[in-house]
Amino acid sequence: MAQTLYDKLMAAHVVREEATTALIYIDLQLIHEVTSPQAFEGLEIAGRKPWRLDANLAVPDHNVPTTERSSGVAGIEDPISKLQIETLDKNCAVFGINEITMNDIRQGIVHVVGPEQGATLPGMSIVCGDSHTSTHGALGALAFGIGTSEVEHVLATGCLWQSKSKNLKIEVSGELNEFVSAKDVALYIIGQIGTAGGTGYAIEFAGTTIQDLSIEGRMTLCNMAIEAGARVGMVAVDDKTIEYVKGRPMAPTGDKWDKAVEYWHTLHSDEGAHFDQIISFNAKDIKPQVTWGTSPEMVIGLDGTVPDPDKETDPVKAESIRTALSYIHLKANTPINTVNIDKVFIGSCTNSRIEDLRAAAAVTKGKHIADNIKLALVVPGSGLIKKQAEDEGLDKIFTDAGFEWREAGCSMCLAMNADKLEPGERCASTSNRNFEGRQGQGSFTHLVSPAIAAASAIAGHFSEVN
Amino acid sequence: MQKFTTITSITAPLDRANIDTDAIIPKQFLKSIKRSGFGPNLFDEWRYLNHGEVGMDNSKRPINKDFVLNQPEYQGAQILLARENFGCGSSREHAPWALEDYGFKAIIAPSFADIFYNNCFKNGLLPIVQNNNVMDELFGFKGEITIDLKSQSIDANGKKYTFEVDAERKRRLLNGLDDIDLTLQYTDDIKAFEKNYFKTYSWL
Repeated sequence: MAQTLYDKLMAAHVVREEATTALIYIDLQLIHEVTSPQAFEGLEIAGRKPWRLDANLAVPDHNVPTTERSSGVAGIEDPISKLQIETLDKNCAVFGINEITMNDIRQGIVHVVGPEQGATLPGMSIVCGDSHTSTHGALGALAFGIGTSEVEHVLATGCLWQSKSKNLKIEVSGELNEFVSAKDVALYIIGQIGTAGGTGYAIEFAGTTIQDLSIEGRMTLCNMAIEAGARVGMVAVDDKTIEYVKGRPMAPTGDKWDKAVEYWHTLHSDEGAHFDQIISFNAKDIKPQVTWGTSPEMVIGLDGTVPDPDKETDPVKAESIRTALSYIHLKANTPINTVNIDKVFIGSCTNSRIEDLRAAAAVTKGKHIADNIKLALVVPGSGLIKKQAEDEGLDKIFTDAGFEWREAGCSMCLAMNADKLEPGERCASTSNRNFEGRQGQGSFTHLVSPAIAAASAIAGHFSEVN
Repeated sequence: MQKFTTITSITAPLDRANIDTDAIIPKQFLKSIKRSGFGPNLFDEWRYLNHGEVGMDNSKRPINKDFVLNQPEYQGAQILLARENFGCGSSREHAPWALEDYGFKAIIAPSFADIFYNNCFKNGLLPIVQNNNVMDELFGFKGEITIDLKSQSIDANGKKYTFEVDAERKRRLLNGLDDIDLTLQYTDDIKAFEKNYFKTYSWL
């Protein structure tokens, strides 16, 4: 029977099937400091050991400072952040789990590090106590976020109980417009189907536009599947996928590589496979996007105006618009490209890879950020990306333009470290969530692509690339 | 895990769609390495007028009297009413921990985000889906309602509603069963699976 990619990946991992749920085997669990301490504590209290040590890889990312780190973990100013990272280091040492520690050049955001190291492989089942685990689906893996109880469950049993999701295919066709990136595609899709549009589904992104995206672009897109409500976002394996994985430190080699590649080539939806829903979009309809409100679905083209709740017929939606506008201090019908910004953040598991930095640097080169910009941050996704960018001279382009060039981590995406917005500050951010208070209490987040973030930093307001 | 059988309580009406887990428990409280104690910071940015940080004496903070959980008539509510897509965003289990620690035992909404929905069941918290018409009735209803998991029903002063719940999740919740204990009963199955699996996928 013709199967979808999701069906294939699920079927390959079923240990035991019950009436409505299945016990599935987990190939890789990625661990960070925020959602793991209680799981390790549970393991310790019950006197249990990890089922398979090799199935786990840990890296601190949420709390790490992005400023100078020569004093190591001991030098972290916030004592609670410090304790959380120390706890991860201790737990990994006690239980024997492979950890890339804070001062290792390979350290970075867990969803950047996994693929970069070749820990993430096509066909794998991958979990992490983090909703953006969907990122890894870009390599044809079955990857999704879980809560801490499930982190403990995977540590203890190597498995997870899962009910099957429905299959949703999102097809995007045609060539993207100039300065439209994977981030704009993701935001556009969320704007069209809503933040609950993918709830209960595993999304497979397909179509010529997706095929033409680089693997990094596909990661940006799959990363934001959760912002459309879907825990899983995937793209079929193709030659680009295999080329991306080849030669990475943890990728297979020799005969094992050949055998793996043979299997990976089967990781696509079969002709005629059944999808519960198929939604199609045309690439030419997608303009550079910017969010105006407090949910990723509250998004418009950069040439658009802030919506008017009085023109919305659905009363729940109208109320949501009013609440959002009141929080974010914007008036209905304002052209978004006239709105000034205070800060700019280029980074996060959505947009901190080398191609993102190149795109932002290309716009920035030879220019300077506007006088009204109080802070513009570039935070690479990993130490290795930082080094590569420096080798290419991108750091110089950014610092000459007035940006700050930082160490790798989650940083201002969720502001668990020192990088945050002050109340009332407005930020053009390449991250993934514009919820109330996400980047700092009372602050205003507008999600954009790296190129638009850079162009807006230079203009001082939301701006297309000029 | 705490068992869930039946509860009778007034409801707290949080009439808002797309409530995300960042709103349920803001990130600064995620720095805790403990599993308990999140209740006082549930909906922190809506509940208090000042900025909350870990270690503050919450009883001394200025409260937002307009927020539903601070209104006298909703004190002691164990059932939360909300609108579409409750619990969207981050996978943080601190969200159900905070709701449970505050005293909630059930949440009724037209829809929930997948990860949040799943996390609730790991913590003895029952998420119930009802359509918008029923939600409007429940939001308009004053007084105690009873939720009975075994019969999958809600009783609001004689008016009955039913709800769906996965049979296995129901069994685990009714009996307060520990997931890991249950899975480890299948240790032999897992080992047999691995033997075959690593032969087929030898590069893993």
